[in-house]
Amino acid sequence: MSAASPARNPATPRHTALVRVTHWITVLAFFALLITGAEIVVSHPRFYWGEVGNVMTRPLFTIPIPSSRDTVPTGFNYVMPDQNGWSRYLHFQAAWVAVLTGLVYAIYGFWTGHFRKNIFPARGDRTWRAFSARIAKYLRRAPPDEAEAHSYNILQRTAYLGVIFVLFPLVIWTGLAMSPAFTAAFPATASLLGGRQSARTLHFFVSGFLLLFLIIHVAMVALSGFRSRMRAMITGGAGAPSLTTPEPAPALAPELANQERP
Amino acid sequence: MSNISRRKLITAGLAATAGLGGVAAAAHLARRYGLIPPDHGGIYGPGETLTYAAQRILGAHAPARQFPRSMISKDPFANETAPPNDAFKRHQAVGFRDWSLNVDGMVAHPASFSLADLRSLPVRSQITEVACEEGWSYIAEWTGTPLVEVLNIVGVLPQTRYIVYFSIQPDWWESIDMADALHPHTFLTLGMNDGDLPVRFGGPLRLRVPRQLGYKSVKYITRITATDSMKHFGKGLGSASPEGGYAWYAGI
Repeated sequence: MSAASPARNPATPRHTALVRVTHWITVLAFFALLITGAEIVVSHPRFYWGEVGNVMTRPLFTIPIPSSRDTVPTGFNYVMPDQNGWSRYLHFQAAWVAVLTGLVYAIYGFWTGHFRKNIFPARGDRTWRAFSARIAKYLRRAPPDEAEAHSYNILQRTAYLGVIFVLFPLVIWTGLAMSPAFTAAFPATASLLGGRQSARTLHFFVSGFLLLFLIIHVAMVALSGFRSRMRAMITGGAGAPSLTTPEPAPALAPELANQERP
Repeated sequence: MSNISRRKLITAGLAATAGLGGVAAAAHLARRYGLIPPDHGGIYGPGETLTYAAQRILGAHAPARQFPRSMISKDPFANETAPPNDAFKRHQAVGFRDWSLNVDGMVAHPASFSLADLRSLPVRSQITEVACEEGWSYIAEWTGTPLVEVLNIVGVLPQTRYIVYFSIQPDWWESIDMADALHPHTFLTLGMNDGDLPVRFGGPLRLRVPRQLGYKSVKYITRITATDSMKHFGKGLGSASPEGGYAWYAGI
């Protein structure tokens, strides 16, 4: 007998080794970027729109925290310690790690069909109806159907698509648009965004959306079975439904789907 | 050992050799074309080197971004500096008439320039942005003598790789590579927005490096040195900034 739903075959991991390795490198780089980015914001927790902005100009908004510079009027009678030196060093080093890892992942994704099979919405799902149907299903807390045990549903695909092809490119662009040397070589990267300060403000918001994704992502992992999902992303999770084999063995699939929700 | 694992081993070995060879070749090319910053050591060295090398490859000679007159900031912000020392106060008391800029190091004719000497050289102006690493920025019109004019007069030797510049204030010095030193927008700045350069903004003499963040534009310049190595300046990291934890290269 074929033990052997391909989905259960220990040789067929839920996530391929490349996806697992790039995922965790990106996690590390993202946390480094998040912490150092927040630290850099502390040195000037005011945001502006347009090309220029400083304490003599009206801000778009301010974050109500003390600053690490006594030149910034924050209303707090306290100046935080300056951590910008290492924060900036680490921010750009982590950015390089994230960008190079992302590049490897993107080439892999297009080359092997990972994006086509698992990330781009399936043909029949590219409708508002499919979208709202899946939202309704989440709201009913209905268990995932058999196909979903082996692949991502329309909402998951949309979220991953947005992170990979919208938020990550945008956060890189808005970051580079703050670099005086980069914008000297490519002035349009800053002017298209409305100027240097607009780029900085957008960088802040795009980072916020990435953080929002991270929170929802981790929450969903926890809800759908933290241990098995973590195992799938660390060891490949032999025994978990595989994303790499789209055709499940019909008889096993529902059980597997149930296994995923303790 | 099975054939497959032997084949795998050979492939992996070849890949590793090719990878190491690639890294060695890249390191050799980077050294040869001056793509390694003086603060390349330590845990942040790889990122710093990648940033500096990438920006030099992408646009070593790109002009600084310039802006229309209408975008000049009405109320520019002058960042705080340490209280002026006695030497500066003595110069300020007599209207900076004895201020001089000494140029030495790897040059054919070391020389000293008064502010009047600098004004007698070709004086240019540019409307560029000052961007601080903290995040704020403003735009002003800057008037001054391009650094390259002074370097041409003293005759910088061909092996020169860095121009080091010192403030009259203690422990305030920076250096830039030749791409920035010879850049037409790198000014020995004497004036700002139709007046003399105010003291708060670095007057009487500030080296403006508009393609890098504000902290590379040192105020109150009195000395410039040409060198082929940063090893013997301070801790050998390129400038005072890395000694305080900040990157030598501030193009981002």
